[in-house]
Amino acid sequence: MPSLKDLKNRIGSVKNTRKITKAMQMVAAAKLRRAQDAAVQARPYAERMNAVMAGLASGVGQSSSAPRLLAGTGRDQVHLLIVMTAERGLCGGFNSSIARLARVKANELLAAGKTVKILTVGKKGREQLKRDLSQHFVGHVDLTEVKRIGYANAQGIARDVLARFDANEFDVATLFYNRFQSVISQIPTAQQIIPAKFEGDASTALYDYEPSEEAILTDLLPRGVATQIFTALLENGASEQGARMSAMDNATRNAGDMINKLTIQYNRSRQAAITKELIEIISGAEAL
Amino acid sequence: MAVQFDLVSPERRLASVQATEVQIPGAEGDLTAMAGHAPTITTMRPGILKAVSAEGTKAYIVTGGFAEITATGVSVLAERAVPVEEATPALMESLVAEVRDAASGSEDKDAADKVVADMMAVRTAIGQ
Repeated sequence: MPSLKDLKNRIGSVKNTRKITKAMQMVAAAKLRRAQDAAVQARPYAERMNAVMAGLASGVGQSSSAPRLLAGTGRDQVHLLIVMTAERGLCGGFNSSIARLARVKANELLAAGKTVKILTVGKKGREQLKRDLSQHFVGHVDLTEVKRIGYANAQGIARDVLARFDANEFDVATLFYNRFQSVISQIPTAQQIIPAKFEGDASTALYDYEPSEEAILTDLLPRGVATQIFTALLENGASEQGARMSAMDNATRNAGDMINKLTIQYNRSRQAAITKELIEIISGAEAL
Repeated sequence: MAVQFDLVSPERRLASVQATEVQIPGAEGDLTAMAGHAPTITTMRPGILKAVSAEGTKAYIVTGGFAEITATGVSVLAERAVPVEEATPALMESLVAEVRDAASGSEDKDAADKVVADMMAVRTAIGQ
């Protein structure tokens, strides 16, 4: 049975925790709005880019002269997994769900006798995968210092990935990130970026191409990789804030429940102490 | 007759107006798109992109990207686009450095030199 003073301290500390989680939730809500805005702003570019490339790819894709970024190296031996997570924790299952998806995929590939290389973006994912997959790590991108994700960040990652591809370090690259659905739901997604794959039907409008279709495609594909990485970074950023918001909302609610419970316990103990004292006085008086 | 002109960068939409004509610094030479232009997709070299609309002419410095022209619209996708009036010597310096940096990675020496020269020409053209 804890003493009254202990209970009081306990209630005080839980109240402080609630204040912190509440503040974190509000910060996450503000950041979420910004992250969502950024994702929406970036959409037109990604959509046009994708549509144009899909159109070009359907025309050029089958020919033997297709660029390597589109046609691939012709092998399927070495896989690069780009695992994007957050730099910070306290966001529920956000980081674990990506790490889990990446781990399952990595183990699947390893079981099939493929070589796996892992590039981590964000330190939380790195920490989680370090335990069993650290021998497959080939690089890490640290975005701790980045306040607001810009296209330059995506370009940096894309340049690194493309340099590795040119050096024949891998055959297939897959992005792992959380697609933002809503505040309470983020979907861990694996998306193959090299060789390029396009969703949706190719618009078959007849265009004149200047210079040739191949030249444009060669120019666009590296940009396409950067755009896809940028989109993933933004989706991931919005997802992270969403996940943190709901995690902190839960924490705030739990702290509230706990305070209620402790307060009841505190009041009961106080009452019991008073009653005990009264009984002692009365029985003392009766004894006389 | 006007065309719908959209200028988008990866981070946001920079312009979306009804324009009567759009002058594009195409990779193989400048071209002007007006209503009814044949559908064309062209890559761009570093240069100055101009959109003429009812509100006047807006000029942007672009460092590359591509333009999709249809009979009714022009969408320009540029990685970097800066309105000419916002260009400062320091900004131009950083744009030139950026282009040079990107070009240094390419294997095609002639193409890389041309891109850098184009960027320098832009700098001269706007007088900085």
